Amino acid sequence: MNVLLDNFPEFRDGFIGTVSITAVSSVIALVLGVAVAGFRVSPVPPLRYFGTAWVTLLRNTPLTLLFLIFFFVVPEILFPGMSPFLLGSLALGFYTSSFVCEAVRSGINTVPLGQAEAARSIGMTFAQTLRIVVLPQATRSVIPPLSSIFIALTKNSAIAGAFSVTELFGWQKLMSDRGYEITPVFIWVALGYLVVTFAISGLFRLLERRMEVAR
Amino acid sequence: MSASVLYDAPGPKAAVRNRIYAVVGGLAILALIAVSVIRLSDKGHLAPEMWDIFNYAGIRQNIADAVLATLKVFGLAAVGSLILGVLLAVGRLSDHKPVRWAATTFIELFRSIPLLITIYAIWVGFLTDYSMWALALGLSVYNGCVQAEVLRAGINSVPKGQSEAAFALGMSKTQVMVSVLMPQAVRAMLPTIISQLVVTLKDTSLGFIILYPELLQTARLIASNTQVNGQYPYVSTIAVIGTIYVAMCLLLSALATWIEKRGRRAKTGIAVAGAAETPEILPAGSLVGPRAEDRSAEGPDANEGTSKTN
Repeated sequence: MNVLLDNFPEFRDGFIGTVSITAVSSVIALVLGVAVAGFRVSPVPPLRYFGTAWVTLLRNTPLTLLFLIFFFVVPEILFPGMSPFLLGSLALGFYTSSFVCEAVRSGINTVPLGQAEAARSIGMTFAQTLRIVVLPQATRSVIPPLSSIFIALTKNSAIAGAFSVTELFGWQKLMSDRGYEITPVFIWVALGYLVVTFAISGLFRLLERRMEVAR
Repeated sequence: MSASVLYDAPGPKAAVRNRIYAVVGGLAILALIAVSVIRLSDKGHLAPEMWDIFNYAGIRQNIADAVLATLKVFGLAAVGSLILGVLLAVGRLSDHKPVRWAATTFIELFRSIPLLITIYAIWVGFLTDYSMWALALGLSVYNGCVQAEVLRAGINSVPKGQSEAAFALGMSKTQVMVSVLMPQAVRAMLPTIISQLVVTLKDTSLGFIILYPELLQTARLIASNTQVNGQYPYVSTIAVIGTIYVAMCLLLSALATWIEKRGRRAKTGIAVAGAAETPEILPAGSLVGPRAEDRSAEGPDANEGTSKTN
């Protein structure tokens, strides 16, 4: 108990850090993932190849390596002096985008074939079919996998702490550096993560219930 | 629904438009790559000297040692997680309430805590001088929990008649589990099990943070201890190490896909799980547990749709 009460401001900062890096990289992952999923089902071959390469590469790269790339290579390409928070969110977002892409793609696969055929037969273009008919229906079946992807993202955000982003793993490290017993520290950090992941799964269950439609 | 159903076979106008998109899209992608390469070479990261460091026997030896260290931890963690996975899966399906309860708690707890947190706590708390064992133990605990869930899903996918028949023949509970359920569960779940091993392999890179000299840690040491033209060769080292990692993971993934394809040919009535579905991203109970049953009771859902295309 003492370890939490004595170091509460740091813990609070760490918790807020975890929540905010999760939120920011979720948005990045969602935007990139949906865009790449669109590439992967599009009629334009180079975009399809790009999508496939994107997913294959990112899924087979360790996240820690991706962090290393974003902290040491990306600033050289863009501009130096980007904040660790931004770089960490980008690394996490890019990594997770490949999983989001696959979830969206398999969600598109759950939409009955006739729906797209009907859309095409009334003269809709590819973009219209996707936007008006297929994606809204795919959303519903994508929600359960997305929830677990974002839970995994929250857990993965711990790695950002090792790259000097303020979050909960950073607090664990700081406390053990200060010589506190590791077990209580571990319990508090674990509780912190559990709160975030429970919030995410609760939120998604709510979404799922609201979007539920008989098929 | 296959992707091609989303659009018609293109007519002359659409074909032209698609070709324009293809050229524009291709150029945009190429431009992105070109800009990155130019920026990197402007800063001298692509100078020959930067890549020359890999001609030194010492550096090559370092990388070879690091690959071995990575594989060693991976082997330990793979064996450990599979053993733990079997134990936990059996525990979770046990008829004895306390055993079932303990296994469930263990699985749910360690599955929902970030792996890095667990590894770090084990390292600092118990195995400070043995970073390899701390890493292997942490990986085993986390992945063991995931493998347990995968195996449990496999066992649940075996038709009920199988175990009923085995019991009717007078087999004991243990015999039913060992000689009837487990072999079929492993067979059905092999692609997923191997996909989870890919995750295990990727996660060995967390050794970087507890200073275990695996591939990534070595890469960092090489890059920060060698100075070429007044700069640290991060770009070249990361390129080389990254290629090694991606190659190793792709090999394992390819194995999983191959086994999945083979499994689909055989007609056993038990669906072989998809290799692409890494358990890491599986919903907490998409294949497994009461939640999946809840959902299928409510009506057709995402899982059913995906399994159709598999």
